[in-house]
Amino acid sequence: MSEPFEPLIIGFTCNWCSYRAADLAGTSREKYPPNIRLIRLMCSGRLDPTFVLKALAGGADGVLITGCHPGECHYLEQNFKALRRYLLLRRLLTQMGVEPARVRLVWASAAEGVRLAAEIDRFVEEVRRLGPLNWPAVVSENGAEMPEPATEVTA
Amino acid sequence: MSKERIGVYVCHCGSNIAGVVDVAEVARWASEALQDDGVVVARDYKFMCSSLGQELIEADIREQGLTRVVVAACSPHLHEHTFRKATERGGLNPYLCEMVSIREQVSWVHTDRHKATEKAKALVAGGVERVVHHEPLEPIRVPINEATLVVGGGIAGIQAALEIADSGYPVYLVEREPSIGGHMAQFDKTFPTLDCAACILTPKMVSVGDHPNITLLTWSEVEQVDGYVGNFEVTIRKKARYVNEELCTGCGICEEKCPKRVIDNVYEAGLGYRKAVYRPFPQAVPKYPVIDTKNCIYFERGKCKACQIFCPTKAIDFEQEDQIIQVKVGNIILATGYDLFDARRIPQLGYGRLANVFTSLEFERMCNAAGPTNGEIVLRDGVTKPQSVAIIHCVGSRDRNYNNYCSVICCMSSLKFAHLVKERTGAEVYNFYIDMRTAFKDYDEFYQKVLSEGTHFIRGRVAEVTDAARLPGEEGKLIVQCEDTFIGKQRRIPVDMVILSAGLEPRRDAKEVAKKFGISCSADSWFIEKHPKLDPVATMTEGIFIAGACQGPKDIPASVSQGAAAAARVLSHIQQKELSLEPVRASVIEEKCSGCRICNGLCPFNAIIFHEDRRVTEINPALCQGCGTCVAACPSGAITGTQFSNEQVLAQLEGLLKIPVNGSSARLPEPELA
Amino acid sequence: MSDNGKPRFGMYWASSCGGCEISVLNIHDKLLVVDEVFDVVFWPCAADFKYEDVRGYPDGYIDLCLFNGAIRNTENEEMARLLRRKSKVLVAFGSCAYEGCIPALSNLTSKADTLQAVYLNSPSTENPSGILPQPRTSVPEGELEIPEFYHTVKSLGQVVPVDYTIPGCPPEPHQIWAVLETVVAALKGQADLPPAGSIIGAGQTAVCEECPLTKNEKTVRRFYRPWEVKPEPGLCLLEQGLVCMGPATRGGCGALCPQVGMGCRGCYGPLDGVEDQGARMLTALASVVEAGRPGMDEHTLEKEIEAVMDTIADPAGTFYRFSMAHSILKRARVNGNGGKPGLQSGSGE
Repeated sequence: MSEPFEPLIIGFTCNWCSYRAADLAGTSREKYPPNIRLIRLMCSGRLDPTFVLKALAGGADGVLITGCHPGECHYLEQNFKALRRYLLLRRLLTQMGVEPARVRLVWASAAEGVRLAAEIDRFVEEVRRLGPLNWPAVVSENGAEMPEPATEVTA
Repeated sequence: MSKERIGVYVCHCGSNIAGVVDVAEVARWASEALQDDGVVVARDYKFMCSSLGQELIEADIREQGLTRVVVAACSPHLHEHTFRKATERGGLNPYLCEMVSIREQVSWVHTDRHKATEKAKALVAGGVERVVHHEPLEPIRVPINEATLVVGGGIAGIQAALEIADSGYPVYLVEREPSIGGHMAQFDKTFPTLDCAACILTPKMVSVGDHPNITLLTWSEVEQVDGYVGNFEVTIRKKARYVNEELCTGCGICEEKCPKRVIDNVYEAGLGYRKAVYRPFPQAVPKYPVIDTKNCIYFERGKCKACQIFCPTKAIDFEQEDQIIQVKVGNIILATGYDLFDARRIPQLGYGRLANVFTSLEFERMCNAAGPTNGEIVLRDGVTKPQSVAIIHCVGSRDRNYNNYCSVICCMSSLKFAHLVKERTGAEVYNFYIDMRTAFKDYDEFYQKVLSEGTHFIRGRVAEVTDAARLPGEEGKLIVQCEDTFIGKQRRIPVDMVILSAGLEPRRDAKEVAKKFGISCSADSWFIEKHPKLDPVATMTEGIFIAGACQGPKDIPASVSQGAAAAARVLSHIQQKELSLEPVRASVIEEKCSGCRICNGLCPFNAIIFHEDRRVTEINPALCQGCGTCVAACPSGAITGTQFSNEQVLAQLEGLLKIPVNGSSARLPEPELA
Repeated sequence: MSDNGKPRFGMYWASSCGGCEISVLNIHDKLLVVDEVFDVVFWPCAADFKYEDVRGYPDGYIDLCLFNGAIRNTENEEMARLLRRKSKVLVAFGSCAYEGCIPALSNLTSKADTLQAVYLNSPSTENPSGILPQPRTSVPEGELEIPEFYHTVKSLGQVVPVDYTIPGCPPEPHQIWAVLETVVAALKGQADLPPAGSIIGAGQTAVCEECPLTKNEKTVRRFYRPWEVKPEPGLCLLEQGLVCMGPATRGGCGALCPQVGMGCRGCYGPLDGVEDQGARMLTALASVVEAGRPGMDEHTLEKEIEAVMDTIADPAGTFYRFSMAHSILKRARVNGNGGKPGLQSGSGE
């Protein structure tokens, strides 16, 4: 290995709690690793599992989903829907050979900049331990893009 | 190759961004590597938000024919509006601008210059990919109902209600206690001027009661809030008073004749009594009493009716029922106040166990000429004047076991107590404090005055208040054990009376109330303002404002200011007659809707309607709040959401994934050597 | 066109079950019309043509080629490329060619595990010496070659460009006939061909549109396997806890399965603009799950929801029963990272 593995993480935030927690982490100069890149949604309820699959298929090593704490959703209870989708998605990902730890849901209120930074820190380290996901290679190995014959199988 | 012409603007924010991110490199990279994505110009500039920075964007739109703008600077929550305006002035639809946060999300949180710069590039790439899919949008215009709901009749709510009502607009003031007045009505003197609370509050309360524009709903609570800014529908429960307000003259005969005496735990802080039919205090507004059914003999045993028999206007009505009232309002101000910290939670301070340990509120009532002791400062026996008094600051505040925050008012009220004790009893006074906080006008002068009166100030946290005497002179006294941090010694101070300056806490039901109104609470449960400095009375929810201590501990002047400020914000809404809302809305593509009804139960705002006749679903844009949950749920992909469409999110995602954490992307051309 | 002025017709069967061919035959006596209108030049299932014949045709010789079956091995791919070259209009016919279908469910495992299951572990297989298929085998007469088995099943469109897609497992005969009619009309200059790349012989909305069962606002407290409950007639199956892919599946079939009490399997694939049918069904299903209430502590909340999710057997197999090859992830990751040796598990090596 020439360079140490630096996991690339996509984070989804809601506009009201977790994005503001990220803002607060910034204004309070909390440090966390630069491996995460955030996408703002209005609500964790907007999180379409398609986004997570696209992120993983497109080269992300992990996905962090964040939203308001249950009971504190700006849209009352849409984060419950996010939780339900996340728990089902995790089962699907396990079947697809993706370690469930690569996709995590974290609740962070607008006041929890420190907590969000710490969660990002922990998540980056966990994905680093899991190693690269490298989905394009999973598919391209005799996959859709590159129909090379597979390695031989002998009895 | 994108058909859009995109301008990218990278802000230095002085050294806030440029100190960590190589902004010039980000701009250079964007102009080269993102050419295929449509970037035709990329600049870096000291302060993009300055007028010169904004003019750069405007000029480029005009001269370079830009069709999209990406600004990499601070959080969009700070300056999205600024750059949308600049985009609009340049001649583009304001929503064709996208902001990328490279300050809060990059320079302020990362230290490695190379990685931070690479991340900034990735975020810019995400913004560029995303902005291509932006659509020109028009803000949604909603009419503003002129009526306002004010929740909470303390001084903040009173001030807000009066400001709005005086401007000629209707106000509904809802208070859950029988009278307005709040905590201030319980106080005797107010710091630092020592004017009497009742003297300055009562006229305001009367104004509220008499005001033609104020509908006063005391002994009432908000049950439900529907709608959105400009068009809220509020359901209020007006609890049964068992007194007909139209007949009652407030003469007070019922109170006089009621045979049942009850300890008054609310207004008199447990120090005095009231009747089962009562007004909390003589100046109560409105003047009508309520019957406390838990203690009323008639409600308990079916007999008595003394009040009814003696009422000269036949106003007592035992059959009265709760009323449900629906009101329509355009804006809502929450001024729900605070609860006092329960000093029993710190057992070592002895409250509730040692008779002569008092809370600050008890002491306030004791000082009040109309209070249970007629203004006499006495021990629990009701007669003995104390020779020595200890006043303990920060009870339940600045203490990680209870509340980490400073309750703001306790230093000043403790100084006020010291002054009142000195003035009225001549006792020795010891103030135990951690730090003395006397900011604001005339406060420190008051401190100096109390110092000059001979009050002892001991800097240190009190460990214990006990009646276990160990040393001569301690018998029969309360001993305050404390470290005096100035001399670095433990001290035991024997006193006759201890006053605990209890801190302020959020209302016990603050979280429920926040949820009812769709606003958020901090971890401590104070309501969260839209911006801690620049927007302290607005909330994240349009049309809902907060004032007074429900937002955080504050004293009377600050509460009044906030009440007035919230009123000003509401008046501004009313005067505008209609408001523009962010056009973040979901809509159903009817031809794609199969009528499966998956989405039908997902909207908490009831914006999703199903048309049985056509078997398709529709979204009411006036009710839709734009959360996008239905967009994410639709199994047919038949629901889209403006500003957060799948195309926008997925394009941004693609951009973000372009560059590895360490940089060295294949797409990154080498800088040309000069 | 042939010398007799008839357009030339071909049909081929790659990795599939044969159901698509039967479905074509199920247009019944209209088959005679097909024969009347077309000149069949390649249709291994119905007529005796050899690969060699096709190789001999000039490029673009076949006017209309219906290709069914997924790309499972080198032979499938070779034929896909060959028929692409020889055909003017190449149609991905049926779910296998369109999106991988049942064969692509083996993308959930490795090539080695698939071979092991089929040739060693299947209870009906007698293979005492544990022989697995070899691409090349030396026998006294020389070297024998069989097509090489791929690790990942692909759709036709992932190997060659496809002009049209007719979805379904199998496509419904009335839809096949409708497409053939259009093509015939177009060839006679009486109609326009649909825009290139489109999905034909199917609807534009989900199965629910055609489904006569009564639909209400949905909340599901648990799911059932089809054999666990007898569905109440006339009521949406999903509302009764039976997983029905109808909401996420293109209609056109006439909602045949739900009408007989079996939840839609999803064989017509996703709707226009939807990239991943499984993800759409997952999100829709999870959205209507009623479990966990505001006010619960986070642990109880998760536990309650997980208990409901426990009742969904095999999410990947259910949501991607037909569309695995076309899903965003396309296949499962087996034994660690992709692109590295040792990808296969089991006793392969």
